[in-house]
Amino acid sequence: MFSNNDVLETIAMVQEEHLDIRTITMGLSLFSCIRDTAEETARKVYDLVCTKAENIVKTATDLSGEYGIPIVNKRVSVTPVSLLCAAFPEKAPLIGKALDDAAATLGIDFLGGYSALVHKSTAEYERIFIRTIPEVLATTKRLCSSVNVGSTKSGINMEAVKMLGEVFKEAAFLTKDQDGLGAAKLVAFCNAVEDNPFMAGAFHGVGEADVVVNVGVSGPGVVKHALEKIPDADLTDAAEMIKRTAFKITRAGQLVAKEAAKRLNAQFGIVDLSLAPTPAMGDSVAQILEELGIETVGGHGTTAALAMLNDAVKKGGVMASSRVGGLSGAFIPVSEDIGMIRAAEAGKITLDKLEAMTCVCSVGLDMIAIPGDTPATTIAAMIADEAAIGMINNKTTAVRIIPAPGKKVGDQVNFGGLLGRAPIMPVHACDSSRLIIRGGNIPAPIHSFKN
Amino acid sequence: MKAVVTVTGKDKKGIIATVSTFLAERGANIEDISQTVLGEYFAMIMIADLSEAKQGIADLANDCKELGKKIGMTIYLQHEDIFNAMHNI
Repeated sequence: MFSNNDVLETIAMVQEEHLDIRTITMGLSLFSCIRDTAEETARKVYDLVCTKAENIVKTATDLSGEYGIPIVNKRVSVTPVSLLCAAFPEKAPLIGKALDDAAATLGIDFLGGYSALVHKSTAEYERIFIRTIPEVLATTKRLCSSVNVGSTKSGINMEAVKMLGEVFKEAAFLTKDQDGLGAAKLVAFCNAVEDNPFMAGAFHGVGEADVVVNVGVSGPGVVKHALEKIPDADLTDAAEMIKRTAFKITRAGQLVAKEAAKRLNAQFGIVDLSLAPTPAMGDSVAQILEELGIETVGGHGTTAALAMLNDAVKKGGVMASSRVGGLSGAFIPVSEDIGMIRAAEAGKITLDKLEAMTCVCSVGLDMIAIPGDTPATTIAAMIADEAAIGMINNKTTAVRIIPAPGKKVGDQVNFGGLLGRAPIMPVHACDSSRLIIRGGNIPAPIHSFKN
Repeated sequence: MKAVVTVTGKDKKGIIATVSTFLAERGANIEDISQTVLGEYFAMIMIADLSEAKQGIADLANDCKELGKKIGMTIYLQHEDIFNAMHNI
């Protein structure tokens, strides 16, 4: 049984510290929708998504009412679309449109899976598919896209990396009247996971069941508040406090995930333990790092503090959930975190520091706006750097970077809502094109050969 | 199914009577009440059995919230499982 203090603590977490279930994401396998033509396939895809996920919004609303915990986002992830379109890759945009329409019908904000897995090499149909991404992101509203360009097992596909540099540029250019929003819906991954519930990088892996419910919990505000209570604690005790807090947050996620899966006739997939910030005050990962003792995030010591935070979140969360997966760690997007936005505006956090931070946290260079005239090869080189960190360290890394058309350092992009706003950050001006144009593969590291 | 009803706010007369009558009218059976007053601050926690409740828990939670607004208190009604999950191993 629980005590009165436990009850009041939970209520304070929700009321004052932004505890929420960040997303209930239904993963759907679309393989059964493949037909002879793109048109028929698109029709089947629309029908399947609308049928299987019909009750996702209602179920989330009900659960939120019953447990008294906000469930912020309801989302769907699907089989990587490139695999559905191998026979007609140039018509993949039809499937993209069907998915976007289905998302609108369901009343969800994002649907992920306009994706391709090319971590070893690029098949011809994947090449055609990847080229359709910018146009599709510019003409749809809710659809998100991702491409896996490398893995610890297979190395880094540098042809895909080069292509992605161009795709980011074009996705931003085609949405230039929205500050390059298209690029904010695109992720380049290394070691992409198949059960990630968070956007924009969610897709439903080929090794998954037909219908799965994955849940992403959050609560940077709760962790920060817990640390505020022990301002003089040493880092051993601080780590312990983070673990305990992560445990409670994750238990809430586990309860909601199991119940949601039952009501939606789906398999319970995983709980993703990530600390996902929002632009709201007091819902910031950067402010946790500052609470640990760094004046402004980005200062020396940031990487160490983040490493401890990320690890403690995992340790607390693993104990709390029967199945943990997804990205599970701390997210450090710039535009979606008020502490990050402030540090970037003040010039106190740089791309180089962010890259270092991605070595010890769960994702990568996330929601970072850079000058619109950054060459595609430079963006590709950033992707290659991140992929290398992921490949060597056996972890997921990602790049979601927005080369904002017409903007330069000192300007700002503003996407509104959860995607937030960000100052344009400077990138190194030196030319990396020779490295990128070489193509080929960066071979898998020696420690990947474990068989 | 059991729910936890939490009432917090500035202390005033008749809060327990108002909330318990409200719950009784809706078929909720109050099994346990504890309350504390800290200065002017009032906090009451009730455990209510909803097996004979006339409406669903989410609906009832919403009605409680509305009642809270009417009497100037904050009232939550939540499924007990959320507290069991978060505070027990």
